[in-house]
Amino acid sequence: MLLNLVIWIPLAAFVIGLLLPKNNTQLVRLYTLGVSTLTFLLSLALLAMPKDFSYGSNLPWIDTPNIRYHVGLDGVSLWLVLLTTLLTPICVLISWNYITKRIKEFYIFLLLLEFGLVGVFCALDLFLFFVFWEVSLVPMYFLIGVWGYDRRIYAAVKFFIFTMVGSMMMLVAIIYVYGRTGTFDYLTIMDKLQHGTAGFAGVEQLLLFLGFFLAFAIKVPLWPLHTWLPDAHVEAPTAGSVMLASVMLKMGTYGLLRFCIPMFPTAARTCAPWIVVLAIIGIIYGALVAMVQPNMKKLVAYSSVSHLGFVVLGLFSFTQQGFDGAVYQMLNHGISTGALFILVGFMYERRHSLEIAAYGGVGTPAPNLAVVFAITMLASIGLPTLNNFVGEFLVLQGAAVAQFKWAVFAAIGVILSACYMLWLYQRTFMGKASDEVAHHMYDLKVREWACMVPLILLMVWLGSYAQTFLPSISASNASMLNQSKNTMEMHVRNHGPRTVSVAELIHAR
Amino acid sequence: MDQLLWLIPIVPLLGFLVNGIFGRRLSMPVIKTVAIGSVALSFLWVVKTLFALGVFGAGSPLSAPYVEHYYTWMQSGALNIGVDFAVDRLSAVMLMIVTGVGLLIHIYATSYMEHEGGYYRFFAYLNLFMFFMLVLVLAENFVLLFVGWEGVGLCSYLLISFYFLEKWPTDSGNKAFIVNRIGDFGFSLAMFMIFRQFGSFDFQKVFTAANGMPVEAAYGTLTVICLLLLLGATGKSAQIPLYVWLPDAMAGPTPVSALIHAATMVTAGVYMVARSHVLFLHAPIAMDWVAGIGLATAFFAATIGMTQFDIKKVYAYSTISQLGYMFLGCGVGAFSAGIFHVMTHAFFKALLFLGAGAVIHGIHGEQDMRNMGGLRKFMPIACWTLFAASLAISGVPGTSGFFSKDEILSAAYGRAPWMYWVGVITAGMTAFYVFRAWIMTFFGEYRGHAHPHESPLLMTIPLTILAVLSLLGGFINVPLWLKPLFPEVATQTETLVWISSAAGLIGIALAFLCYMWRPGIPDTITQSARWLYNLVYNKYFVDEAYNATVVEPLVEGSRTVLWRGMDAAVIDGAVNGLGTRSRGIGNVLRLAQSGYIRSYAVWVVFGSIVLLFIVGLAGAR
Repeated sequence: MLLNLVIWIPLAAFVIGLLLPKNNTQLVRLYTLGVSTLTFLLSLALLAMPKDFSYGSNLPWIDTPNIRYHVGLDGVSLWLVLLTTLLTPICVLISWNYITKRIKEFYIFLLLLEFGLVGVFCALDLFLFFVFWEVSLVPMYFLIGVWGYDRRIYAAVKFFIFTMVGSMMMLVAIIYVYGRTGTFDYLTIMDKLQHGTAGFAGVEQLLLFLGFFLAFAIKVPLWPLHTWLPDAHVEAPTAGSVMLASVMLKMGTYGLLRFCIPMFPTAARTCAPWIVVLAIIGIIYGALVAMVQPNMKKLVAYSSVSHLGFVVLGLFSFTQQGFDGAVYQMLNHGISTGALFILVGFMYERRHSLEIAAYGGVGTPAPNLAVVFAITMLASIGLPTLNNFVGEFLVLQGAAVAQFKWAVFAAIGVILSACYMLWLYQRTFMGKASDEVAHHMYDLKVREWACMVPLILLMVWLGSYAQTFLPSISASNASMLNQSKNTMEMHVRNHGPRTVSVAELIHAR
Repeated sequence: MDQLLWLIPIVPLLGFLVNGIFGRRLSMPVIKTVAIGSVALSFLWVVKTLFALGVFGAGSPLSAPYVEHYYTWMQSGALNIGVDFAVDRLSAVMLMIVTGVGLLIHIYATSYMEHEGGYYRFFAYLNLFMFFMLVLVLAENFVLLFVGWEGVGLCSYLLISFYFLEKWPTDSGNKAFIVNRIGDFGFSLAMFMIFRQFGSFDFQKVFTAANGMPVEAAYGTLTVICLLLLLGATGKSAQIPLYVWLPDAMAGPTPVSALIHAATMVTAGVYMVARSHVLFLHAPIAMDWVAGIGLATAFFAATIGMTQFDIKKVYAYSTISQLGYMFLGCGVGAFSAGIFHVMTHAFFKALLFLGAGAVIHGIHGEQDMRNMGGLRKFMPIACWTLFAASLAISGVPGTSGFFSKDEILSAAYGRAPWMYWVGVITAGMTAFYVFRAWIMTFFGEYRGHAHPHESPLLMTIPLTILAVLSLLGGFINVPLWLKPLFPEVATQTETLVWISSAAGLIGIALAFLCYMWRPGIPDTITQSARWLYNLVYNKYFVDEAYNATVVEPLVEGSRTVLWRGMDAAVIDGAVNGLGTRSRGIGNVLRLAQSGYIRSYAVWVVFGSIVLLFIVGLAGAR
């Protein structure tokens, strides 16, 4: 019941919000803040629930084909839901003065977005998952397209088309899976796969895997499918960037973890070396390109490409550490990159520019902003005792256990992250403040502190006491790894040990 | 859990939090009290703990490490990393050095920094540094050691960039952090490999397992692990090829140079190598690398030190050179000698920097020795304490440096005589450049335009204490104390000792000859070998070479090839090309979008049939 409340309150609030008076903007803000805070508080109670999908709802929705409203939580989705519900009220706060046109619409779109995102992480019915996946796309399209900067239409359309291409592939694959297993229900499918009552043969499995994979890889985004991301980020309003980076990108990695790897384990392993290569290219490439960006938001966007590469690397190492690190890194990235976008947004509100060159010496007029930015930056570059270190460390350890050379190449990204972040910090916060900077860059206000303090505390907590979070993540990952292993063994029993390679697929027929 | 080891680092952390969060609103005396008080408490707790563990008593205390477990930091499958602290004979030495010398430098700094902006910020960082350094020393596993390792790197960055209004300090800070990150790349890969090999990061488990492994004659797992650790150590301890950040690190305030970039942090690499000695002893090839890099660094840094005019730069290259000696010691198997030199070096090099700070402070920020001279009259305490430090670093018999350097050199002779001889020549150069600096600063006529004055008591007291330690610290028998920990190294004849001492004395004499008695000699020499002098004076152009071969290509390549080329032209070009083409297709498809419900219904039916057909086909297989 509680989970349903967390899912549906935002949607109900979205509908009610439509009826609110357009001119009373303060009411709209307070209303959204209230609802999203309430949702967050309710979602905290989910921590007490069992984390093995036994808690949730499973109701019939459509009889033929058999589509069910099946939602549930495990140790992975729980934290992603909490991340979403935490960031929504923060996004309301950061938009307080920033959004000046169509205020009501902006805030209720945020609620709709929350609905879609929470749903994605809870859905245990493939079709339901797809519905939530698409629902989340719509508000984000409008957030970028309506409240964005100058090239917002181009960015919004690019974002939409990229994602839609992937979605279509996934839809076809979902329908195909239904055809073969007779159900959309994730848990049933997994059960059948493990007991050999259903199975996907070589080429079939590979194609299905690729269908899902493409959708998720675009969302992650995996190199070279990433070019929609910098544009979307640069043009999106701050709240849009935050939700996009912190939560929406995780839809991709979550999908890989939840669906791609357990359902198609043989194909996943066949493709792993290729995918890992793409992930590592993304890590290094994203960092190098971030280094030379003149625009702060673009820099952070490219850094996301680099950070998300670590997540994919961890997943496709098929090790416990890799999986745990990947999930941990999803949360970390959500918090620290979200915080970076928020801070860049604060700076834009003051100076009305995203160009690094417009800044310099901000530390003098705004020392608190400088400190908060510094902590966030250090978290982002993986300083131990702050959050990203734990995730990166586990991912790299997992990769090293799988293939040592993967860790060698990926660890170069850790060096480069220090380069682009420190250089950014030097050029924006250090040095002498120009007259414009000194005049415009006032220090953090109470509302801004309220956004940042929870995030900073989380960075420290995640970084220095991982055992609050890791055990539940670890347990769920262990069961997913196990399922993936069982499924593969079943596959071997039914189809023999031979796997189909990508090259064979290309040359087949 | 009875010794409460966690109190040792946590008190400076609290000091950091108090000064860091409330510092802007606190008065200067309160900030001072918090800063000094936290380190003093930490120092006292170290002494108390060591007493309780019987270190100062008779018998054989700490024959096994004393370990305390606090909590599990992270656990994932077989990987389990705990926050565990340990004290053994090695960390006991380090704890005393870090908190003892750290306390003196803190006291000195409260006076030195009195007229600087950001007073609270400075001490917050300094306390934070103490926290991380103590975590580094107390850590009982590699990952926790790495926490301290990265943490001290952060503080180093923050303090080098302390004068952040200028560009040079912030450039230097970035350089320090990034170069260290390259070293840390090696360190973290070493850790990953350690976990692969041993399934644990705990020192005791890893070393016990490693003890059971054969000594590697070729490049095996342990050798690779050790070489990767060495890469980490070359970053933190400023050895070839990653030493380039340390000279620039002098952009920070002088107490920082003394504490972080001379006495404590930069010795972390030596500590780490000594800590992992079990691994290194099973990898003789890696040991040779350690010794070779140490010796090469000691020699080349000393040559550069002879040509510099910035007093802090001279001492910076001297630090690099002395760290090289420590690595040489470890590399030839004399780990205890290496750690001994860590301690004596902490005394005399901290003193050299603090003394240099007193001089710079006394002449209003001037660092170029060409604008000094004759300061003996104005600041006698600085002059004579620096004299003591210079004697010690030159290895004059009886001083602290004599004992530790001698241990290293004689062990080096046991490994290979040529190593000893290079070490002796380096010792001569060392004596030459420190006395060159001392004479240029304190003798002759004053060549600057400030009004030199002696420093206040809070600065001269630490100088005096350190001077006493520099002279007499050699009688603290660290090698004997560490004997149970490390394997025995063959000691050499007394003749060698006299040769290396003589080299130091010759160096001193040459310095007096060139800079006091016959001041024309240096110019004659530099004139006769202009190109060589320029090469050395410009530090062999290593910075320039790194810039041209690594930094520039990376930045320019990222900009033109990756971003503008790959991202914008190739990938987006392809996407936009697809977009244009699909618009053409869209024009055709638009015909389908007639706006009539009827026609849509037809499409829906048609589509459903196709879909069902596909599903059916797929299901039939």
